[in-house]
Amino acid sequence: MAFKQITSPHTHSLQSTGKVMQMVLWCTLPGLLALTWHFGWGSLINVLLATFTAVIAEALMVTLRGRSVLFYLKDYSAVVTAVLLGLSLPPLSPWWLVVTGTLFSIVVAKQLYGGIGYNPFNPAMVGYVVLLISFPIQMTTWITPLALLPEAVSHPNFIESLNVVFANTAPADGVTGATPLDSYKHSEGLTVEQIYQRDPLLSQGLLAGVGWEWVNLGFLVGGIIMLALGLFTWHGPVAMLATLALLSAIFWDGGSSQSPGSPLMHLLGGATMMGAFFILTDPVSSAVSNRGRLIYGALIGFLVYVIRAWGNYPDAVAFAVLLANFAAPFIDNYTLPRTYGHTDRRRATEKGEV
Amino acid sequence: MNKTWVTPGGIHPPENKQQSLTLPIGELPVPEKLVVPLSQHIGVPATPCVAVGEQVLKGQKIAVPSGPLSAAVHAPTSGAVWAIEERPIAHSSGMSAPCIEIVSDGRDQWIDRQGIADFQHTSPTALLDMIAQSGIAGMGGAGFPTAVKLDPGFRRPVDTLIVNATECEPYITADDAIIRERTEEIIQGIHILSHILGNPDNIIIGIEDNKPESIAELEQQTEDTGINLVSFPTKYPSGGEKQLIYILTGKELPSGQIPADIGMVCVNIGTAYAIKRAVIDGEPLISRVTTVTGEACGINRNYQVLIGTPVSHLLQHNQFDQQRSSRVIMGGPMMGFSLTSDQVPIVKTTNCILAPSHSEIPAEQPAQPCIRCGMCAEACPASLLPQQLLWYSQAKDYERLEAHNLFDCIECGACSYVCPSNIPLVQYYRNSKGEITKAKREKVKSDQARERFEFHKQRIELAEQEKEAKRAARRQAAQQAKASSAGSGSAVDIIAAAKARASEKKADPQQQRAKLERSVASAEMRLQVAQEKLDSAVANSESEEKINALKAAVTATQQKFEQAQARLAEQLQ
Repeated sequence: MAFKQITSPHTHSLQSTGKVMQMVLWCTLPGLLALTWHFGWGSLINVLLATFTAVIAEALMVTLRGRSVLFYLKDYSAVVTAVLLGLSLPPLSPWWLVVTGTLFSIVVAKQLYGGIGYNPFNPAMVGYVVLLISFPIQMTTWITPLALLPEAVSHPNFIESLNVVFANTAPADGVTGATPLDSYKHSEGLTVEQIYQRDPLLSQGLLAGVGWEWVNLGFLVGGIIMLALGLFTWHGPVAMLATLALLSAIFWDGGSSQSPGSPLMHLLGGATMMGAFFILTDPVSSAVSNRGRLIYGALIGFLVYVIRAWGNYPDAVAFAVLLANFAAPFIDNYTLPRTYGHTDRRRATEKGEV
Repeated sequence: MNKTWVTPGGIHPPENKQQSLTLPIGELPVPEKLVVPLSQHIGVPATPCVAVGEQVLKGQKIAVPSGPLSAAVHAPTSGAVWAIEERPIAHSSGMSAPCIEIVSDGRDQWIDRQGIADFQHTSPTALLDMIAQSGIAGMGGAGFPTAVKLDPGFRRPVDTLIVNATECEPYITADDAIIRERTEEIIQGIHILSHILGNPDNIIIGIEDNKPESIAELEQQTEDTGINLVSFPTKYPSGGEKQLIYILTGKELPSGQIPADIGMVCVNIGTAYAIKRAVIDGEPLISRVTTVTGEACGINRNYQVLIGTPVSHLLQHNQFDQQRSSRVIMGGPMMGFSLTSDQVPIVKTTNCILAPSHSEIPAEQPAQPCIRCGMCAEACPASLLPQQLLWYSQAKDYERLEAHNLFDCIECGACSYVCPSNIPLVQYYRNSKGEITKAKREKVKSDQARERFEFHKQRIELAEQEKEAKRAARRQAAQQAKASSAGSGSAVDIIAAAKARASEKKADPQQQRAKLERSVASAEMRLQVAQEKLDSAVANSESEEKINALKAAVTATQQKFEQAQARLAEQLQ
């Protein structure tokens, strides 16, 4: 009798890339729910529109590259990129903004570099930054949270929201507004207490701004679930959050007019939690070893704080992640783990004997 | 309870050990033909000491060790030596190797067995010789000749003896089965080992906590023996030598060293049993316990199998169904290799024949690109970065592979097991290791060739320099001679010089002789030519005058030839 020859190991766990990506998608739900509850249907429309665009773009690109479309769509990576981009764009963004960003993410940042596994930069953040630089007005127009809407004004319902997105009808007055970080950025000479008094967005919040704190808590919950499922290790997110907390504590100075804001506000405001658990955990573009991921996360936390505190942009997760992506291969070079039976950690550039 | 240490990484694949433990160790009928490979161990293949057609008895030595790193081979049953030739053997490449085929005579008749019951009063050297003559090689998988491993003169003193009863691979229960049924003999084997090693301070049996029956047996038998039984949480690959040493002692085996370098010896528990049989019962290693399991087999159990039994024999007796089988694996599902033929024989290291069904171990899924998720790095027991190793393997970047310690990979397969992209990582590493080893070998070769070439060049240059020096000397001598002849013009000087040259030539008799031989040969040739010319002239009836002239020439040549011969004869004397 002759048998088939197959290389070891013969058994495999039932984990697959597609399943991992699907779990990531499920874990975005608490954040999406919080966004939808506080800011209306806009985020959900963003997510759906981006997903639709991304799947079509991915299928086209994979076809052009002569690969099996189904095989690559099954890994759900395009959907994850699209959902993350959709979640980070302002709710009720015009449709072309979402489509442009998604196309850039999938076509340029991902497929032109060789598709899944080969992109040096986080595709969703590339799309986001392209939009932020090209369309600053649309990208900085946010929605007023439900609790702060003026009397007799409400968020547009789902159909009205579709109209805003696709037919460019303007939402009712008072529906759009700034973000807490914007409010901070444009408050020269005011002490923290004065800023809080001036802006109900901050003063009526429990922790870090009405609505925003819940969105961040939502992403935190999703992130903790992913950690528990073992989808990534704690090193990156914890390093980023710890660095951000540490820096904001050091420079908090009790809330003078020079203060860049409290640690709580930095941890639960803006895109912090989404960035920590959903963006910098993208394995392809991050550092590889656990020690490397500690440095990588800390670098992102540092950059986020520096840009938020002293840069021109109110929030900085996308920039920080992209800058850290540049640094990842360099970090990898110096952070090899100590192999069993070796006393020293080697550098990846040390030459072998060949 | 002894302290244990926790290794990094590791995985928990389904154990699937219960299936083969429902029945005790079984016996199979002796197969008609047994194929015994000459190399079942690491090292040099044994040299046959029987001839085709010879009758042998069970346990008779049929091949002797070739040098120190080798192991003897014995007839597994009585019968006739049928063939000594290449046969397919148990190897991942499906290659063939020299084997001795024995046709059973059905009597299964033993040689005269002589054991040593009182091993305590036998010298370790004598016991080592006995182990070597019994053909014992590590039965856990690598097959390192045991006598070499135990030789105390070979390395520095041993303070720790580790008996490996981990058996961490799924499905395999061969060690578990012998511990359950033959505990006493195993303990005797460990005592022999301890005696040979000069009674080391620590004797530890390491076992995973998924074998409660074996642990209970061992606990009972090791009481007051000085042997420590240490059980630790089940995790693959705790049974790897390096991993087990760390788990039990907290020490790491430095890269590139063997346990003896840090005063340890690590022996598989099956080997301890084989040593007891060899020393006390005088039985060479001709059979072992092998697990036959997997859903494609109707019966799952352990057997005492004769070395050389074809796998087909085992499968037949266990209701193997080829339709249901996705592959046939020798060894476990993590590190075993698939067989290409069922004709390969069971060898000393075969602990399992696994015939899984299609649902049990399905066909490989196509690999997706690596997304560097890092699950492999979390699973790696050696703290390597498998994802980076894959990257550099694909790029054939051998420098980086070595910088990332590729050669510390033990090929346990944990990385491939967890990989969500179904990448056959271990296969990449094996390939890269092979390529690097090849490149190194070639580098050594090319270095040698370069050295040879450079030496050759140097030699030629040296010879040229010598020649040049001689030439210069001759030129100088000639100039001097010229100067002296021009100066004094004395004929006496010239004659003296000529005489000196002649005597110089004479001084070299070999040269002289060669010269004379050449002149004899040329004279003979000239004589022949002259004779031919004369003959043709006579045949063409040419003028008398011409014929006479030719005759005279022939005579003259004849004379010269004879003279030359005479001179040569003189010289030879």
